[in-house]
Amino acid sequence: MVSNTQTKFKNFGQYGIFLAFVIICLVLALSTPRFFTIPNLLNIGTQVSINALLAFGVTFVIITGGIDLSLGSMVAVTGVIAATFAHPDTYPVIVPVFVALIAGLAFGAFNGLVITKSKVPPFIVTLGTMTIGRGLALILSKGRPVSNLSDSFNFIGGGNLFGIPFPIIILILAFIICSVILNKTILGRYMYAVGGNEPAARASGIRVNNVKMWVYTICGLLSAIGGILLTSRITTGQPNAGAGFELDAIAAAIIGGTSTSGGTGTMTGTLVGALLIGVISNSLDLLNVTSYYQQVVMGAIIIGAVVLDSMGKER
Amino acid sequence: MSILQITNLTKSYSGIKALDNVQLSLKKGEVHALMGENGAGKSTLMKILVGLTNPDSGQIVFNGNYLGNKGVNDKLRKGISMIDQEILIIPELTVAQNIFLGREKEIGASTSGWLRDSNINSRAKELLSQIGLEIGADVKMKHLSVAQMQMVEIAKAISNEAQVIIMDEPTSAISDKEVSTLFRIIRELKSKGVSVIYTSHKMDEIFEIADTVTVLRDGNYIGTKSASELDKNALISMMVGRDLDDMFPERRVEKGQEILSVKNLSRKGKFSDISFEVHAGEILGLAGLMGAGRTEIARVIYGMDQADSGDIFIGGKKTKVNSPRDAVKNGIGYVSEDRKGIGFIPALSVKENMTLASLSKHRKGIFINTKSEKEVAEKMIIDLRIKVSGSDQKVMHLSGGNQQKVVIAKVLLASPKVIILDEPTRGIDIGAKFEIYKLIQNLAAEGIAVILISSELPEILGMSDRILVLSKGRKTAMLSRHKATQEMIMKYAVE
Repeated sequence: MVSNTQTKFKNFGQYGIFLAFVIICLVLALSTPRFFTIPNLLNIGTQVSINALLAFGVTFVIITGGIDLSLGSMVAVTGVIAATFAHPDTYPVIVPVFVALIAGLAFGAFNGLVITKSKVPPFIVTLGTMTIGRGLALILSKGRPVSNLSDSFNFIGGGNLFGIPFPIIILILAFIICSVILNKTILGRYMYAVGGNEPAARASGIRVNNVKMWVYTICGLLSAIGGILLTSRITTGQPNAGAGFELDAIAAAIIGGTSTSGGTGTMTGTLVGALLIGVISNSLDLLNVTSYYQQVVMGAIIIGAVVLDSMGKER
Repeated sequence: MSILQITNLTKSYSGIKALDNVQLSLKKGEVHALMGENGAGKSTLMKILVGLTNPDSGQIVFNGNYLGNKGVNDKLRKGISMIDQEILIIPELTVAQNIFLGREKEIGASTSGWLRDSNINSRAKELLSQIGLEIGADVKMKHLSVAQMQMVEIAKAISNEAQVIIMDEPTSAISDKEVSTLFRIIRELKSKGVSVIYTSHKMDEIFEIADTVTVLRDGNYIGTKSASELDKNALISMMVGRDLDDMFPERRVEKGQEILSVKNLSRKGKFSDISFEVHAGEILGLAGLMGAGRTEIARVIYGMDQADSGDIFIGGKKTKVNSPRDAVKNGIGYVSEDRKGIGFIPALSVKENMTLASLSKHRKGIFINTKSEKEVAEKMIIDLRIKVSGSDQKVMHLSGGNQQKVVIAKVLLASPKVIILDEPTRGIDIGAKFEIYKLIQNLAAEGIAVILISSELPEILGMSDRILVLSKGRKTAMLSRHKATQEMIMKYAVE
């Protein structure tokens, strides 16, 4: 009898967050008529997209046993860089996008390089580059918002394709690509191996440092996409944008079941984590709960999700 | 007079019975060995006794009263303590602070939250001298050896006025000299009327220290005998359920060409001027005491450490091995003694662990060919007779023997020409040991050169064609299988 309930409980812990998500959506659909309407759902999707992109990136990093606190700053730097090249009648829209992506790659690769070469914990390294990145964004923009962007650039974050907001399309594509990388490629397998037991991975002939370089670089690239989307949506390159984004992204990954000690986690879990955060803040909006209370609720959910998860793991 | 009486104890996990109607009767002041292979139910029984888990049914009577299911603290207060395999201490606190941790108030060292360390120290000193331990009470735990930490744990149990102390593999990580100190203390405990429940994989210890032996097998109670009426073979057959006369079957050696040789290999402070060669189809044993440099040589050959001087030749060609990656590429496989530390990845599946060193064989561009990956993993599961529910089962849920087989499978799948097995049967139960011996012999028969490192002399003698004996980092002898005896190996090992 005891073992039976334990098994049930374990399964609940594993799928608890999916279940919680479905239940919350059902309750909202029944109680708040405005929730389950297409415009509102698209609105949630758009709002969630940037956080989800960053969360995908940091999921890779956390699976290898690392952490990246510089996400928000990377969003700001790449956003400002994109805006600088996106004024009307200067360059075609591909230029700001391309330059921002390269900047994100470079920033992420720099994180990876310092972490693998110096052996300083990722927490410290990215805490440093978080501050550096914020400084760079302020330097590049001279501390002022970079506005007056071309229409074609603003389409990226504000436009629709077949009635679906462009950010949602990017989100779906990124989700598919990230899931494939994690589940189907050799790199993905090595990420789990490095986070699951780094010395064993090294002894199996895996180039651990290469794997780490990859995850921080991918994380930088996804942050750059986030930076481009944000700049385009608010039609300004804001040097102060993205502050605290890293914590939301980490929260989404953790709520989705990624273990901070490395070695476990899924993209689907992270996506549900990001959606859960989005749905709850949306519903609190609909219910006219002030944003002060929203933060308290969100914090409780993060802790609750991890408690649920750890109860599932106990035996 | 029995202090602890267990009857009809049953406990299952997920429908599988870990303990089935087990009984045990512990007398006051006796050392009672609890024996059985891994998975026999010893740990479950011990966990129930100290209150880490509760039984499904059955009775435990302690000092004439039912023990009850109220958790660890309740058991501690009643006088049942456990010295764990993995010692639970706080390294930055002193010996005295560790002993009385959580009980500062009870012993009068703390009033209204303020601590008086001098009080704790004098109490601890008294306690340590009681069991004849020469450890300073104000030394930080992190400066002690594993054996000393164990003694402190015992002191802590005594300070709890323990009447029953459970020792789970207390000698697994300590030296022979420290074992004799431990045994002296155990005898002292006995004379004070404390009862000890003792587990160990080392048979000789059991006959030295235990009064009574109870054997479990697959969760069942097999029997209780006085240690004096048992011998090693009788005990093994109780544990395994069959006799083990042919642990090391005779085999025909067909020595092929030289696969690996090292010349004048040295690493500062570890070993110096080591030369040997190993041929296809041969098993070369590396014997020696702890710290003789056996594992250190293996680590250099596998590229995990670098030699200061000397050369490694693979297939007659001088080869630089700068990393495990180089080693794998050059056909060297290494099964580490530190299975948990660098052997496998617990959260990955059996299949994923097996192919970790050979994923490049299962690639389609950047993608993994999951079909061919699954095929080779499932073939390995059959070939090595690994007990799993499927190739997707996580390795953390397997027994020690099966985990070891998964690690061996991983190394084999990288198609090594030479394989180094470092203590391949450590911590593995006897049945699985036998299977691993057969496996090693099959590898040699297939033409792989095998280097076997082992601290168990019968294992080295039974398996090896030639035996290289090391002492303090130096080669002291190279013996052939037919000439070598345990006495000879020991003589060269302490030279």
